[in-house]
Amino acid sequence: MSDTSSVGIVAPKTAHFNEPLQLKSGQVLSQYHLVYETYGELNADKSNAVMICHALSGHHHVAGKHSEDDKYPGWWDNLIGPGKPLDTNKFFVIGLNNLGGCHGSSGPLSTNPATDKTWGADFPIVTVEDWVNSQARLADYLGIKQLAAILGGSLGGMQALHWSISYPERIRHALVIASAPNLTAQNIAFNEVARQAIITDPDFYEGRYYDHGVLPRRGLRIARMLGHITYLSDDAMGEKFGRKLRDGKIKYSFDVEFEMESYLRYQGDKFAGDFDANTYLRMTRALDYFDPAAQTGGDLSAALSKATADFLVVSFTSDWRFSPARSREIVKALLENELSVSYAEVTADHGHDAFLMPDKHYHDIMRAYFAKIEV
Amino acid sequence: MGNLEKNIAINAENRADFDRIANWISPNAKVLDLGCGDGSLLTQLRKTHKIHGYGVEKDDSNWLKAMNNGVDVIQMDLESGLSGFEAQSFDVVILSQTLQAVLNTEAIIHEMLRVGREAIVTFPNFGYWRHRKQLMVGQMPVSKNLPYQWYDTPNVHLCTIKDFDEFCRKGNIVIEERLVLTDKEEVHFMPNLMGSLAMYRLRSK
Repeated sequence: MSDTSSVGIVAPKTAHFNEPLQLKSGQVLSQYHLVYETYGELNADKSNAVMICHALSGHHHVAGKHSEDDKYPGWWDNLIGPGKPLDTNKFFVIGLNNLGGCHGSSGPLSTNPATDKTWGADFPIVTVEDWVNSQARLADYLGIKQLAAILGGSLGGMQALHWSISYPERIRHALVIASAPNLTAQNIAFNEVARQAIITDPDFYEGRYYDHGVLPRRGLRIARMLGHITYLSDDAMGEKFGRKLRDGKIKYSFDVEFEMESYLRYQGDKFAGDFDANTYLRMTRALDYFDPAAQTGGDLSAALSKATADFLVVSFTSDWRFSPARSREIVKALLENELSVSYAEVTADHGHDAFLMPDKHYHDIMRAYFAKIEV
Repeated sequence: MGNLEKNIAINAENRADFDRIANWISPNAKVLDLGCGDGSLLTQLRKTHKIHGYGVEKDDSNWLKAMNNGVDVIQMDLESGLSGFEAQSFDVVILSQTLQAVLNTEAIIHEMLRVGREAIVTFPNFGYWRHRKQLMVGQMPVSKNLPYQWYDTPNVHLCTIKDFDEFCRKGNIVIEERLVLTDKEEVHFMPNLMGSLAMYRLRSK
């Protein structure tokens, strides 16, 4: 039986852009392409589009499945579909893979048009601002002047926030979930450890590992293991794994003995086989560099003075990597600009990952907010 | 009476205090409603006074109701103060029938007057004769405005009109206006005895 709340079988599309994109770093992408998926129908007024910005390891495949045999649907499938909180009977939803990604858009794995070789380590370092500019071009390409809403969690929330600054007239609503106005020093530190794990892997070859026919799997694996620790809360880990031993007894070895280790190694291995190290480095750097208030002497309220969108800001109580206090900073700046803003602090024990979980109250919030968006 | 019925009863009674609160609000004012519940006061003020309002609500289910009523609502606990709001950034900050349930009463009133140019505070008058009568017969008062039993009440700081007047005098708070109601009617004769609901319009000295 088919699932009536699923968008069903979907297929990615590719949009090619020949107009050069000026990057914040000073470099220029002379041409590039973005892989994207859409769910639901764009209405005649083109007023019902919602764009989803992905986080560190996300991509364009947000909902539905690519084939009946797919084990898992898109990464935010629990939120998006017919009758779901972001209802595709009402909205036209766009997911894309950001520049620098490794799921089909221009990035380290794609071909550099200037050399006809794989970009690899030479792919420019891209920022949240660059992504937002490229996303606006994708909206142009789809004939959409104004998005009903821009939505993102974590690093995706940073993109949603920046849309309100870069293109205030092009969005009516911004949903900033489990995000922050910039990274704390502690967060940058975690990113740096992850990058060092990759860069010091003997198979990294300064990012030119493709030329050597190897992958810096060990580095990527450790980077992901570290990431996973920080995305979960202590309580959630304790609840899920505690001190459980895999074989019921201590073996006095450095093999996998605790269930926690088994989980981390599994996640690390899976990721190291699927994800590109050069992309990982770029994504973490985009996180580090994001700081809209840097333009206004640290004054976030001034940075958001151009914003006109209505906002929903959501944080999760056990999220210590993007803590509620950071979301409250965003809310305070929006209030100072007298913008329409609602803020929910969801009681959840899944840590940062909570924003991807189908928590009932969280989804009720999203449903209520999307219901009030006029299209 | 279950908690739901109690809330409905309180909300119905609130309508009376809402209309009076509305009389104290200027058109187009910027209003912050602390403990906004389902947002009905803000919804009403938006219709009648074209106010620009935000609600603050801690409770998940009330938060959702307020959101569904189209109110901009910020989820936070009043007990942790109003540090998320700039000084003097609102024309009016309202605390409607919530004062008695606040732990940090003194701090919250001062926070209201920091954030707002004016504060409106309403609370059930513990000195109301019906309450006194119940105490005289030896029981904790239970009434339309205080519908809880002693063991399930969220009210921790009940006070009388006389108490609150003194609190304002000691705290250098100016009472711009005071209104006392019983059954939606204004009470002018012996308000601390005859009034069931007290409403204050306050500002800093």
